Amino acid sequence: MPKKYHIDVHPTPNRFPAIGRSGIVDWGEGCLKCAECVKYKCIYNVYRERTFSIDIMGDTIDELCMNCFRCVQGCPKRLIHKTLNPEWEALGDDVYTPETVSMNWEQARTGKIPVSGAGYGGAFSGPGFDSMWTDMSEIVRPTRDGIHGREYISTVVDIGRRPTALEFDSSGRLLTKPEPRIRIPIPIVFDLFPFGNLSSNVWKAAATAAGKLQTLAVVPATEARKMEDMTAHLVPFLGTEPWDPGWIRNFNMVEISDSEDAPARMERLKSARSDLLVSVRMPALSRAEQIGRILELNRAGADAIHYVADERGYEPGVENGYHVKDVIRELHTALMNEGVRDEITVISSGGIAMAEHVIKSILCGANLVGVDVPLLIALECRVCRNCRDGGECPVDLAQGDSRWGAQRIVNLVAAWHNQLLEVMGAMGIREVRRLRGEQGRVMFMEDLESDTFAHIFADRNP
Amino acid sequence: MSYKNVWSEVPPAVVVDTPSRFGRALGKYTVSISDACNDCLKCVVVCPVHVFAATGGKLTPPRDHLCLGIECSKKSNRCVRNCPEQAIRVAENPSCKALGDRRWTSDLLMSTWHMAETGKLPENDLEYRIGDTNGGFDKLRLLFPKRPPRPSLEKDEIDTSIRLNKRDAGRHQIDIPIPVYGGGMSFGSISQITMLSRIKAFAAWGSFTCTGEGGYPEALFPFDDYIITQVATGLFGVREETIQRVKIIEFKYAQGAKPGLGGHLLGPKVTPAVARIRETVPGSSLFSPFPFHSVYSVEDHKKHVDWIKAINPRGLVSVKVSTPTDVDMVAVGSYYAGAHIIHIDGSYGGTGAAPDVAKKNIAMPLEYAIPKVHNFLVAEGVRNHITLIASGGVRTAYDVIKAIALGADGVVTGTSDLVALECIRCHNCESGRGCARGIATTDLELVGLMDLKWGSQRIINMLSCWRDQLREILYLLGIKSIRELVGRTDVLAHLDYCSDVPDDDIRTVGK
Repeated sequence: MPKKYHIDVHPTPNRFPAIGRSGIVDWGEGCLKCAECVKYKCIYNVYRERTFSIDIMGDTIDELCMNCFRCVQGCPKRLIHKTLNPEWEALGDDVYTPETVSMNWEQARTGKIPVSGAGYGGAFSGPGFDSMWTDMSEIVRPTRDGIHGREYISTVVDIGRRPTALEFDSSGRLLTKPEPRIRIPIPIVFDLFPFGNLSSNVWKAAATAAGKLQTLAVVPATEARKMEDMTAHLVPFLGTEPWDPGWIRNFNMVEISDSEDAPARMERLKSARSDLLVSVRMPALSRAEQIGRILELNRAGADAIHYVADERGYEPGVENGYHVKDVIRELHTALMNEGVRDEITVISSGGIAMAEHVIKSILCGANLVGVDVPLLIALECRVCRNCRDGGECPVDLAQGDSRWGAQRIVNLVAAWHNQLLEVMGAMGIREVRRLRGEQGRVMFMEDLESDTFAHIFADRNP
Repeated sequence: MSYKNVWSEVPPAVVVDTPSRFGRALGKYTVSISDACNDCLKCVVVCPVHVFAATGGKLTPPRDHLCLGIECSKKSNRCVRNCPEQAIRVAENPSCKALGDRRWTSDLLMSTWHMAETGKLPENDLEYRIGDTNGGFDKLRLLFPKRPPRPSLEKDEIDTSIRLNKRDAGRHQIDIPIPVYGGGMSFGSISQITMLSRIKAFAAWGSFTCTGEGGYPEALFPFDDYIITQVATGLFGVREETIQRVKIIEFKYAQGAKPGLGGHLLGPKVTPAVARIRETVPGSSLFSPFPFHSVYSVEDHKKHVDWIKAINPRGLVSVKVSTPTDVDMVAVGSYYAGAHIIHIDGSYGGTGAAPDVAKKNIAMPLEYAIPKVHNFLVAEGVRNHITLIASGGVRTAYDVIKAIALGADGVVTGTSDLVALECIRCHNCESGRGCARGIATTDLELVGLMDLKWGSQRIINMLSCWRDQLREILYLLGIKSIRELVGRTDVLAHLDYCSDVPDDDIRTVGK
């Protein structure tokens, strides 16, 4: 049994008050001055504990309110109301929804997995990852109890090449040379940020967190140079730039962009250090040429393909493109059909916004995922993307202390890790490596629809 | 005056007006009256739904949750135009936007509250049939023939009863008059008053309520004949005696909201009373493991069912499972293991506490699972020998009809009962002292917010309104018994597959 993986969580406060979903609107006008005002009866003592915060230059009441509506209902003159907070509604976009952003903030603050009462309150399904449900084991398969820790669930993954079969000579000696590989305890690496008010503090926070979590962070080569003491956990992204062989030897893995001479570049990199892993970064596109190219790179000895969708999780630069889950499924199936799926590691990136997206990507066929924007959210990013046009960052991301930031990221990943265990426990799967491409243990909405409703209503409107 | 023990009595299934216990009920519109009001009370006369009332010649705060809306108020014969002092203002309630969620929209919450208060459908434009989830039940519509096909059908004679034992002559023969019973909610996750409110209301309608996995408090003893006791993985409070008390015993293998994760009751809710019934220590969090560690196959499962059958030789056995890919196999396995009821709990069902990742992502929604299981049981030739019960996202009478038309015999509710008790879906049932509205709590002060008579009457009213809706719908469909509706997908339309789907509001259909 592998050594039990443990992540050290420490509650790490926000620098800015979190933006809440709703607010209390309280009109004084017309107040009857009831002797037993509803505000005194609040069971959460919200009205007693509210203060004026100099951080937000405002009232803390919205942060404290638990939405029981008793004051709203209780006031005989209807002077108290609850409204949606427009600032909250404006957070993020359709992938990084306000719910997603605030849930990630909370996980980064506490390190705890989000738990709530009452059933799910969201949409029936949605685009992308929201059109899949994961399986569970009922009665007839062994199941695991992840969170409660009775049985160990491994989330270890390997990056690197794997021979499809071992070869021996006539006297039984092993001929196959072991390939270099890196083993990380979670199926998550950190990826380049698609945007952000970035500074060396931010990169250092990510790299430090990667170190604490024993995983890897892909960082720009220029930033990697500033963090000489952390090379074991860094994957410098070299793009198509030339490199210094002496410097490259410090790293276990590097990433390059795909280009015509990529196979030659890989070979030169590996001659700088024979056990160096090379990952090739490519846009996640649903095209036959792209798969052909991956097969070529595989033959040329690439260790990993880093398949990168756009920041919302769709084919980059393609109008109405496919979601990355479909692109990964297609790639996985193609590699299976070619009989080479086990040879190469596939890292899927882009649009991974929540813990469930990690599991779902792996079920679709990725070995592991790259996470980008959620790390910024851990540092309180509001996904406003003002930085992209040179605008001001509302949370001054670049100035955050890197030790604070690292712990926030560690907390977030710890909460995500526990959610992986929950979902895998329910499926009765004890090894995340066994989850890769297990499409029989996932329910795709299109399949459920065609089995049920399309079937029932097929003859209705010919 | 004769002494009546209201605690142990099954109340009559009669509607009694039961207003909100929190001051003014929340409505879609707010009606405000300014200081200019001279108490002429014209508004009391002109309002058709009695928003305005007076005591001692003075206007009392308007019951604005009954208001028919801004359009109505502006009509020449209505309140705003008839107020000589222009003191009345009708507006949309700004709090509605912050109320509810996509499954339980503010409209659905408020219309359910209306049913629980009055036993009738709301008269205004509240959406009382569906939520806003953009899928499943919310995209299904009922297809009524242009004219009720059987004019001889008497509405009062339409049968809404279902059979719970279809296979076993030697055991209790149980028909329940409504196709609904109350789902498991444990003592600890909810208060004893909430528990008894549900039990008494379902008993009034001749139906059952499940105890959930929290033992069998003594206060429930008078209702033994209306109770389903649950045997779940933690075996909290399960004793031979509790199994023998009742007519139906439910095995909970999993729960739709948290399939494969077991149960979890946080420490603060484990009061001395809860701990005593569960035979544990006060203040310590309680975990029900997943799965039953004595069950790893259908053969083990049969052994479980046999065990219960031996202990209670007349009892029926229900098997509650969630909805994995092979839910159909599980259902047929349960049939062969000897279960009378297979109860499938879809992924969007309720819970007192669960990880959000589980509620949203694990297992399939009920709407897919029902036809899958129904068709498989039909293909196996055993459909007529087992009762298929669906739960996990059944919110309204329309959901009941849709679930049955998709292939279930009946349904189990949970959240809607709590909404009738004025649950507001704040999702804070699990934290600290629990529910601020005194429903899902064991805190002594908060429990006191609700009175048993009030609680049972609210649920009786809601069920009455549901029964009326079921009858009206069946009448409009020309179906004499709800048992004939099972699997009748021809009465359904799906907005993604069918075009020109007409409105299915029974308040206007055929009128």
